[in-house]
Amino acid sequence: MFRRSEQDKRPQVEIFVDGVAVAARQGDTVSAALLASGRDARRSTAVSGAPRLPYCMMGVCFDCLVTIDGVGNRQGCLVPVAEGMQIEIQKGKREIGK
Amino acid sequence: MTVAPKREAYDVVVIGAGPAGLAAAATSAEAGLSTLLLDENIGPGGQVFRAIASTPVTDRNQLGADYWVGADLVQSLRATSAEVIHRATVWSLDRNLDIAVSVGGASAFVKAQRVILATGALERPFPIPGWTLPGVMTAGAAQTMLKSSALVPDGRTVIAGQGPLLWLLAAQILRLGGRIDRILDTTERGNYFAALPHAFAFLTSPYFAKGLAMMREVKAKVQVVSGVTELSAAGEGQLATVSYVAGGKRETIPADLLLLHQGVVPNVNLAMSADVEHRWDDLQLCWSPVLDASGNSSVAGIAIAGDGAGIGGANAAVVRGRIAARAAVEALAPAAAAKLRSMAALRADLAKAERGRVFLDTLFRPAPQFRIPSGDTIVCRCEEVTAKDVLDSVAIGATGPNQLKAYRRTGMGPCQGRLCGLTVTELMAQARGKTPQEIGYYRLRAPVKPITLAELAAVPKSEADIKAVVRG
Repeated sequence: MFRRSEQDKRPQVEIFVDGVAVAARQGDTVSAALLASGRDARRSTAVSGAPRLPYCMMGVCFDCLVTIDGVGNRQGCLVPVAEGMQIEIQKGKREIGK
Repeated sequence: MTVAPKREAYDVVVIGAGPAGLAAAATSAEAGLSTLLLDENIGPGGQVFRAIASTPVTDRNQLGADYWVGADLVQSLRATSAEVIHRATVWSLDRNLDIAVSVGGASAFVKAQRVILATGALERPFPIPGWTLPGVMTAGAAQTMLKSSALVPDGRTVIAGQGPLLWLLAAQILRLGGRIDRILDTTERGNYFAALPHAFAFLTSPYFAKGLAMMREVKAKVQVVSGVTELSAAGEGQLATVSYVAGGKRETIPADLLLLHQGVVPNVNLAMSADVEHRWDDLQLCWSPVLDASGNSSVAGIAIAGDGAGIGGANAAVVRGRIAARAAVEALAPAAAAKLRSMAALRADLAKAERGRVFLDTLFRPAPQFRIPSGDTIVCRCEEVTAKDVLDSVAIGATGPNQLKAYRRTGMGPCQGRLCGLTVTELMAQARGKTPQEIGYYRLRAPVKPITLAELAAVPKSEADIKAVVRG
């Protein structure tokens, strides 16, 4: 859906998406890194289980909700990637304790 | 820079580091007022100057001169003593000018003598069939990724809607080597005639020549279909096709990415939760705060600057930020106001920056069928409530957006009405034969962004706080 422009010379950052290593770039948000990865990053909604991807990328729609380092329902579009960050794609409702 | 505010009280707290917030904080700090700028994003710039201090897009022509203006604003601010905190989410503001802000997973509380809200705008909801499918995004979303991560659309890409941002985005995508297969222009034919009386002001505005050049640049490379009157997206769990009607003829094209845009509207959540009076703007079709000429709202001490004060664009936002800050300086440290640009000069700047706005608002006033959906089209993305659900609720007695919450949970999901509020108001107004002003809006309350219970529980409590709730 998206690809990186060749002029992007930012250093790589390795994150893990559902346990799989993914190359992101320093300064990417979690959502941008997921969309750039080419992986299936669709979450499913809490209400009907419908698949979603980020819609607004600016912190207002909450369709980018994702589990980051064990904390559920984070807005992936507002959180910058960090080396070794653990991302889980959310399926359905957030679990208690996460 | 995810550290808590250094002090408990400030002369001026500015919320939002877009054009208005950057300008307001710089002006306030320049005049010697203790100034705190809180911003939710990773770096300064807001949306229009997104990633201005970090963008990997280094060829300055690609994002355009209007973008790089933001770098000067950031530089001016950094030359002052203003304290700036990014990744800071303000979740509460009240009439006493008490502010609760979440930074790095912990909440801090600050008090202000003056608050300048510069929370800007968000894209108007575009509730067409299939707009929740993966692969359908806002044009602004694509622009955010382009500016902050140099990401460009790669698969079959369709851009649909209307307004200046749509053409700017298209030009930027093409300059960065991205792909656009088709642009579907939804501008209503009748709007061209309605806008004509306002054309002279627009012809003399700086937007005119730039806008025209950009449209030419895009039209030379992409097929543009104008007069689109119907639009929908379809696919099984993922966007597969975009369908539209233009000139009475329906066409369905395969697509991997659909970018929607029909203008921007004030982001009202924080202001409304602080009880700032808003009124329905019938030209811009949104809620705008009731403000005096200095940006002061109905709540003493709270001013609003930038697009949150009513859509005026980036140039106007900068000036509105300076006006609101100057008014704060006049109130708190009148002697220091003398070294700032005079209010008369600032108001002249604003008039210049707003020239041509009525033309744009009239020309790009979105058509009813793209604002007020019907049938199974989703209105509330969070709670997955359709237009039919809303109308059924009206039929059995729901009178306005707040009653509708009890019927259908609209506006009660995590986005707190940001993506459905305008649609719900207009849909219910139409169904009940009332004006949007009469129908009203959701009653918004803190926290305006979700925070965890653990974060709330970790807030330090005084003896008095505990006594207030513990028996015995």
